[in-house]
Amino acid sequence: MNAAILPRPARAAGQWRQSWERLCRHRPALVALALLGFVVLLALLVPLVSPYDYATPDWDELYQPPGGGHLLGTDGLGRDLLVRVMWGCRISLLVGIAASLVSVLIGVLWGATAGYAGGTTDSLMMRIVDILYTVPFIPLVIVLTVLFGRSFLLVFVAIGAVSWLDIARIVRGQTLSLKNREFIEAARALGLSNTTMIVRHVVPNLLGVVIIYATLTVPTVILFEAFLSFLGLGVHAPLASLGTLISDGANHMKSHPYLLTIPAVFLTLIVCSFSYLGDGLRDALDPREQR
Amino acid sequence: MLKFLGRRLLIALPTMLVIATLAFGLLHATPGGPFDTAKRMPPEIQRSIEAKYHLDEPLWRQYLRYLNDLAHGDLGPSFQYRNTSVNELVRAGLPVDAVVGSLALLTAMLVGGFTGTVAALRRNSLWDHVPMFFAVLGISIPVFVTGPLLILVFAVQLHWLPSGDWRGIDIRYLLLPVAALALPYTAYIARMVRGAAIEVFTSPFIRTARAKGLPTRTVVLRHALRPVLMPLVSFLGPAFASVLTGSIIIESVFGLPGIGRYFLTGAINRDYTLVVGITVLYGALIIAFNLLADLCYAWLDPRVRLQS
Amino acid sequence: MSAALLAIRDLRVTYRTEAGGLHAVDGVNVDLAPGEFLGVVGESGSGKTQLLLAMLGLNAPGARIEGSIRYRGQELVGAGERVLGCLRGARIAMIFQDPMTALNPYLTIGTQLTEGMRHHQGASRAAARRRALELLDAVHIPEPERRFAQHPHELSGGMRQRIVIAMALICEPDILLADEPTTALDVTVQAQILALLRELRARTRAAIVLVTHDLGVIAEVADRVLVMYAGRVVEQAGVQRLFEHASHPYTEGLRRSIVPLAGPLPARLPSIGGNPPNPAELPPGCPFAPRCAYAFDRCGAAPPPLAPVAPGHLRACYYDGPLGRIR
Repeated sequence: MNAAILPRPARAAGQWRQSWERLCRHRPALVALALLGFVVLLALLVPLVSPYDYATPDWDELYQPPGGGHLLGTDGLGRDLLVRVMWGCRISLLVGIAASLVSVLIGVLWGATAGYAGGTTDSLMMRIVDILYTVPFIPLVIVLTVLFGRSFLLVFVAIGAVSWLDIARIVRGQTLSLKNREFIEAARALGLSNTTMIVRHVVPNLLGVVIIYATLTVPTVILFEAFLSFLGLGVHAPLASLGTLISDGANHMKSHPYLLTIPAVFLTLIVCSFSYLGDGLRDALDPREQR
Repeated sequence: MLKFLGRRLLIALPTMLVIATLAFGLLHATPGGPFDTAKRMPPEIQRSIEAKYHLDEPLWRQYLRYLNDLAHGDLGPSFQYRNTSVNELVRAGLPVDAVVGSLALLTAMLVGGFTGTVAALRRNSLWDHVPMFFAVLGISIPVFVTGPLLILVFAVQLHWLPSGDWRGIDIRYLLLPVAALALPYTAYIARMVRGAAIEVFTSPFIRTARAKGLPTRTVVLRHALRPVLMPLVSFLGPAFASVLTGSIIIESVFGLPGIGRYFLTGAINRDYTLVVGITVLYGALIIAFNLLADLCYAWLDPRVRLQS
Repeated sequence: MSAALLAIRDLRVTYRTEAGGLHAVDGVNVDLAPGEFLGVVGESGSGKTQLLLAMLGLNAPGARIEGSIRYRGQELVGAGERVLGCLRGARIAMIFQDPMTALNPYLTIGTQLTEGMRHHQGASRAAARRRALELLDAVHIPEPERRFAQHPHELSGGMRQRIVIAMALICEPDILLADEPTTALDVTVQAQILALLRELRARTRAAIVLVTHDLGVIAEVADRVLVMYAGRVVEQAGVQRLFEHASHPYTEGLRRSIVPLAGPLPARLPSIGGNPPNPAELPPGCPFAPRCAYAFDRCGAAPPPLAPVAPGHLRACYYDGPLGRIR
């Protein structure tokens, strides 16, 4: 088969460069990316560099306000807040990104299969998604954690299980519309195998949508994990995610408001940045979206 | 239209069944759960459980009984509050949630709808960028952060409003919880309405309306309003349901005696039937509200309503 | 010269982009006489739609409009929304390209038909309904009463376009602007719509400006033709004269690309080589020069002015010799 007459991949290299340029012009997204990079850097470096660790209590330094030896103050057990918040960021980011990746993987596989297969397989798979969509997940996760005990793995799985539904729907829709585009018919008429079609034509077009929604899933997941931690259902002490820190802070907000506000600021920063980044990616990769 | 309704019901029933089955499975299959025969329990509870749940019967019989009870709206007895059924607790708590939830959504619709429309009409101006920035913030800050922060500012520092408690329909006690609950929905609705409005304003039929010389007010109210509201309608179904589940946090932060608080204390105290029962209730409410929203949407869209 | 219904002088519609100014319409002069059927033909990007939109002030928000458009002596460029609002639909009406999207799917046909008349003339619901039924009859829609309560999605494309035309004529405007009214329709329906336009013009005495990319459509209905390229008018003549004595290379190219129904098929489909220019990057001279078979040095220096070649026949070209050369 003469490679020269194969239809070009639908998303050519030039289009990726165009998208990159569009992204670079989107100022809020760039600011968001910079802020995220800054937070990640802090989260990685501070615990390594700081003389304090996140678990050791210091009975002489209980409830110190920010300033002096402890840049952000200390908590009820004398532990340095800066280090604890950085560990909190680590955990929130880790769980957020990892769980998002898992749910994106599940969602893409599910949606692409349903969309590509079509017919009754598609209907069945999507009915399952519809049914799962109406299951009240937050109460269910709480119930599961209560019944099966607190386990990091459970939280992880539960979070991932919640978010794959949206991505599955989107990917299925995209696959369906791709399937019916003329270039797929042309490729099929040339006798390309199913695998080649999926790899050269379907996947590059899906990639754009998947990147956008993966980035937009991360803040939802981070918030969900924070919510579970706030309820005391997340990681075990002395480890603390941002949700746990906020929960502790809320208990002491009348006397030591900084215990609440500082982790809250970091959580908001991270979540907002991911949202703006997702918006920027959406504008860059899908310019039909009018802003 | 009837066909549409029938189709939606056809999905709703198996969904309810799935949720009920999951609930049943969780109650019976968990080690250390209420029906674990290996566990030792005070004799009165043991007796009442055996009597109520017919534990001597085969599992499938128990399952059918459970479904039958659910179909009659009986959610079972509570474990932590002896002699009280889950139904009674729900009856006590639901009105609180209903009031706070409806007020929150109403606020969200009015404020969000207005802000989003103005942002679309004055695109790329300050009326657009500033509210939309706050909207992103509103979606990003979780309720368990805004709740305590609002209390911190308005109750603790400024002493303008009370920090919690339920006193019926009293605006001083409702203002903060409703505001905290409404914030993320307002933000989401503002963004959604703005997007929908921009899309509608640039659509061909609006251009036709302008070309007819109709005044802007007529174009907006008669031609643009409905297509802009449509996504809002289909959003409200799941929104109503999630307001209920989201109230879990609001109630514990503001000390409101709603279902969510019972749910939380039940979770901590291992009141399985209460917790599972409320989850089933949530499921039923989600399905019901989604159905309602779909019906409204279908009724408003002539293309669906008049399918021959 | 008799008072023109519409007098356009040096009309420019410019959009500002990151790459510089985009000249959608670049200096158009034309007069429209009462009851005249003017055809405007050109490729996509020639500025023909923007020209129509400028007459009603309906261009996209970023557009800058310069020059003069006088309707019965009244200046429309820069006129406020109130002035334009009184004219739109009442004196100058417009029909758009795609009837599928031009009608509001949520409102009934009856509402959309009558609202213009009720707004401009303060007509009562009954009076407006009567008039609308008359028009539905005039555009040959069967069972007009039934259509009143129906929604656009319940009608076929051809019927929808007729409704759009009826909607435009309900206030008896002097001028009907038609932006590619047949492009989105099947060929058979196209013919019906064109016949309808001809019939309505005879009855209502409205002037019609019809924009299309299809020279065949022009041949069917127009009295006079404007040929546009890259935002400028390159040739202007009566329809008969244009087809028999086209004297601009672009018009010749357009005429050539119509494959005749009778006679042997050409070996290659005739077309004009090259692509239309990017309106943001127009060449300094004649915009058609890069694709022209007769271009010479003068063509690259400055765009040629529109000059008479015969009475009522204008063209913008420096080349004086015979046409017939193939590029």
